Amino acid sequence: MGNSACIPVSASAVSATTATSRHSALVRITHWITTLCFFALLVSGVEIVISHPRFYWGETGNDLTRPLFKLPMPASRKLVPTGYTYVLPDQNGWSRYLHFQAAWVVVITGLLYLISGLSTRHFRKNLLPRGADLSWREFSSAMAKHLRFERPREAEAWSYNVLQRIAYLFVIFILFPLVIWTGLAMSPAFVSAFPATVDVLGGQQSARTLHFFLSLALLLFLLVHVVMVCLAGFKSRMRAMITGRAATHLERT
Amino acid sequence: MSDLLPSKLSRRKLITTGIAAAAGVSGLGAAAYIAQRYGLVPPDDGGIYGLGETLTYAAQRLLTKHSFAREFSRSQISKPPFANEIEPPSDEFKRLQAGGFTEWRLSVNGMVARPASFSLDQLKSFPPHTQITMLQCEEGWSYIAEWVGVPLSQVLDVAGVLPQARYVVYFSIEPDTWESIDMADALHPQTFLTYGMNGDNLPVGHGGPLRLRLPRQVGYKNVKFLTHLTVTDSLKGFGKGLGGASPEAGYAWYAGI
Repeated sequence: MGNSACIPVSASAVSATTATSRHSALVRITHWITTLCFFALLVSGVEIVISHPRFYWGETGNDLTRPLFKLPMPASRKLVPTGYTYVLPDQNGWSRYLHFQAAWVVVITGLLYLISGLSTRHFRKNLLPRGADLSWREFSSAMAKHLRFERPREAEAWSYNVLQRIAYLFVIFILFPLVIWTGLAMSPAFVSAFPATVDVLGGQQSARTLHFFLSLALLLFLLVHVVMVCLAGFKSRMRAMITGRAATHLERT
Repeated sequence: MSDLLPSKLSRRKLITTGIAAAAGVSGLGAAAYIAQRYGLVPPDDGGIYGLGETLTYAAQRLLTKHSFAREFSRSQISKPPFANEIEPPSDEFKRLQAGGFTEWRLSVNGMVARPASFSLDQLKSFPPHTQITMLQCEEGWSYIAEWVGVPLSQVLDVAGVLPQARYVVYFSIEPDTWESIDMADALHPQTFLTYGMNGDNLPVGHGGPLRLRLPRQVGYKNVKFLTHLTVTDSLKGFGKGLGGASPEAGYAWYAGI
């Protein structure tokens, strides 16, 4: 970390790269707020699921209905037929408060990121796959590198490869909107104003089941994301996302 | 974060930031004033979850003041409807049950011109209304039933709600079981004093003989074994001032989500 202090002022090539940061301040701040909210949503979401770890399809579902599937775990409510003889403590009060508060913060943060990303052309410049990226050869070579767990070259610390671009766009423009939508589609008051939001999903229990799978997809993304950060160099990638400084050749290990 | 404060911090940038910050602070102040003025602040707005709770309540009040909960067709009614666990009935409840609930009363007082008390037969003498709506528990399960009752607004009309009223607090015969709603929910046409379900009297397991039905809010606001309503302009005098037994147990006062 100490290396960041010894940037040679005279070396124009290096100072050119260190003058601009790897990630803009807005990207860094929204990234970490989203991280914090995601953990809050995950923990509280798990707690809420524990009160009824059964999932259904359609409008309704309860202890008397055959579930689509159930999670092999005890519940925090006595009546739920889980197969376990004990009942976990009820944590739904604070979990629901925290879940919806974190949802508000992440939605506002996401909107800020979206507006800034559009106005600074961040999506177009950094996330939209470049024309050449979309050729089958480029795509398969990026995939092969990933599958071999190859460490990225230095130049790649400054941009995203095609798989990263597709993954990030998928999370930002598909998974996040869907998880917000299916969350809202469970709210009895929200759907009273916008009934189509739940009707097109096939019902309120379908929305709940989809919300669960979308959360799992986001969790999977998070795990892969963290593994990739570790493989690419935990210290340098964390520094880039915290301070904005990317690794220069001076800091290569 | 050093690039947030670049060395060439120009005067113009400083002034712009200052104006933006001042606008932000006064904007928040104005928002807080407007929220209070138009009743967009829930009683549980304090504490670490107050922000999210206020945003949810304010947003849903702006969006859903006059919206109707979805109604379903008869074929979508859940058979059988799932009755959640209830506390063992009190001796008083058993006595009323033995008498066929003929002595069951619903009293209405507080900020009303004519405090009143209604028997079940008197409530049933109002033109009956039905709704086929979903009961959604905060735990995640749900069922659809046909509910029969009298809209709460009709009973409140008879009692004559005073103009300064802001909330209706409602109590169960069960000890420490009470909740409250704002006037938007209290006067909503789908808010029922429910005495019938799926063509029969409301079963005890579902809160019979009388339950408040509030299809735009989750289960715990739909208090069972209803005996008493108080109309008020403030929730401060009730319990801890959070507006219900559920908020005192850590659950949100507004349960539209």
